[in-house]
Amino acid sequence: MAKSDAFLEVDDLAIHFGGIKAVDGVTFSVKKGEVYTIIGPNGAGKSTIFNLIGRIYDPTHGSVSFEGKRISRLPTHKIVGRGIARTFQNIELFEMATVLDNMLLGRHAHLGAGLLSHMGFFPHVRREEERHRHMIEEVIDFLDLQHYRDQRIAELPYGVRKVVELGRALATEPKLLLLDEPSSGLNVEETEDMAFWISDIQSILGITVVMVEHDMTLVNEVSDRVLAINYGKVIAEGTPEEVQVHPEVIRAYLGGDEDEPAEGPKEGEGDGEG
Amino acid sequence: MDKAFEVLWRIIAGASLVAFVSPPFLFLFGVIDSSALMLYLQQVVSGVANGCVYALVALGIVLIYKATETINFAQGEILMIGAFLAFTFINILGMNFWLGALLAAGGTALVGMGVDRIIIRPMVGQPAFAIVMVTIGFGFVARSAVSMVPGWGTDSYAIERPFAADVFTWGEIAISYDHAMIVATTVVLCAALFLFFRYTKLGIAMQASSQNQLAAYYMGIPVRQIFTLIWGLSAGVAGLAGLMLAPFTFVHTNMGMVVFRAFPAAVLGGFGSIPGAIVGGIIIGIVESLSGFYLDEGIKNVAAYVVLLLVLVLKPEGIFGVVHRKKV
Repeated sequence: MAKSDAFLEVDDLAIHFGGIKAVDGVTFSVKKGEVYTIIGPNGAGKSTIFNLIGRIYDPTHGSVSFEGKRISRLPTHKIVGRGIARTFQNIELFEMATVLDNMLLGRHAHLGAGLLSHMGFFPHVRREEERHRHMIEEVIDFLDLQHYRDQRIAELPYGVRKVVELGRALATEPKLLLLDEPSSGLNVEETEDMAFWISDIQSILGITVVMVEHDMTLVNEVSDRVLAINYGKVIAEGTPEEVQVHPEVIRAYLGGDEDEPAEGPKEGEGDGEG
Repeated sequence: MDKAFEVLWRIIAGASLVAFVSPPFLFLFGVIDSSALMLYLQQVVSGVANGCVYALVALGIVLIYKATETINFAQGEILMIGAFLAFTFINILGMNFWLGALLAAGGTALVGMGVDRIIIRPMVGQPAFAIVMVTIGFGFVARSAVSMVPGWGTDSYAIERPFAADVFTWGEIAISYDHAMIVATTVVLCAALFLFFRYTKLGIAMQASSQNQLAAYYMGIPVRQIFTLIWGLSAGVAGLAGLMLAPFTFVHTNMGMVVFRAFPAAVLGGFGSIPGAIVGGIIIGIVESLSGFYLDEGIKNVAAYVVLLLVLVLKPEGIFGVVHRKKV
């Protein structure tokens, strides 16, 4: 099914929780090097799609392929080895560890050498460690985290943690980066920084980005293409401008006839979703 | 009213602490003579040695709790299985003591991994209480099963040791070889565990899995297998503790009762803290030994819980504990 030119291919993906069709036959494909954003009202199934790509859930049917290979039956811990990294809406860091240690954990999948040689701290282990440290320092420089290097996560403000999580994802040297609401909990300035970094990740590091996002300023600024979903189904796909004026999208956000009016897909909405 | 009780508790706790640590000072000020001081130190030394066993059992409980948030009430039975394995390798099969000890620890580790893989993993997602009940159930089953094994049964056995059940003297203090071995093994084991958790890929993966499972998965850590290995590590430590406990309680189906000293030790240290488990175990050991020597018969058995009660009233998070805020 997977086409050879598609980087990430999601085909007829569905997951049902009991009678609820959280994701119901979603198909889309992401090209190498683009920033692809999934939008939709609360409860539309955006995060569920992410958790399906990220192998937290098993799909009821359909498949996900990455670089032409099916990943939709892969164990969760093998995702990173394929070159996929992710961040979380509510930040999942190792809170008792320092910024540096969190990032070094991002190198876990790249670690060689065995148990006893680590305990003995042999020269080749030291060299390997130095190589990883060097890579981490580049990420720290890239994200301007020098100042926080040796601080514990628990001591850091929310906005910084969000950047550390992004840094940890980059430390795994991904080809595809999944960002789950990168702006949630950030103030306007921090969101601007985030937009800047996402653009740099795309243009300087050449990493493909798929993100779920509410803040339409950020979406417009960084996205090449946007996918709008509602009730687990695709309602529109195209450039940010096209999707925002799509009648189905407007109806989804404004609630059509039956629901009470909600906020439209306008600037500045950044609320979390359950 | 609450305030008054707290003050009362503090006075009781302070007075007991002073009573327990006072002999060296009393000696310095010439109130007691050196033989009385030596008697006291003698009790402290044997308390430390017993405490090391409690510490190792508590350590195993804490390791599993930190990683999986499961409290393993069968830790004592796993220890008992370890002691029976050591008995089998050393006495029945006539192996070298150290080789037998190593094989027993390894065998117990396999038992622990089996318990996780076969009994605990299918329970993942069930309420914590259900999982705790399963560990209690496993404990009962293990005790009955061991008593049915030919050559094991319900008798008590002593494991043959390469050193005599003898003492050497250090100054005026007599130390038994059994006690010395316990302390030495505990020190070596703690150092090895420290290096393991601090520097090895597997040890760091274990720490990561216990801090944040979700994030650990995305770092490429196979969290479930890591949990099985943690059960193995914890059981292996318990197996060694069983071997070391054998000279004092003998190898018997009920020797797992030592967990009733290990649980207070773990809580005392702040459930979830590995250094806390070690310190807690040693404190319980010393308190038990001193109260057994100086106070009335029977107080020894409840001493651990009296200490625990005092600590819980005054510092509910334990000595090394952190206050947990449940994320909502």
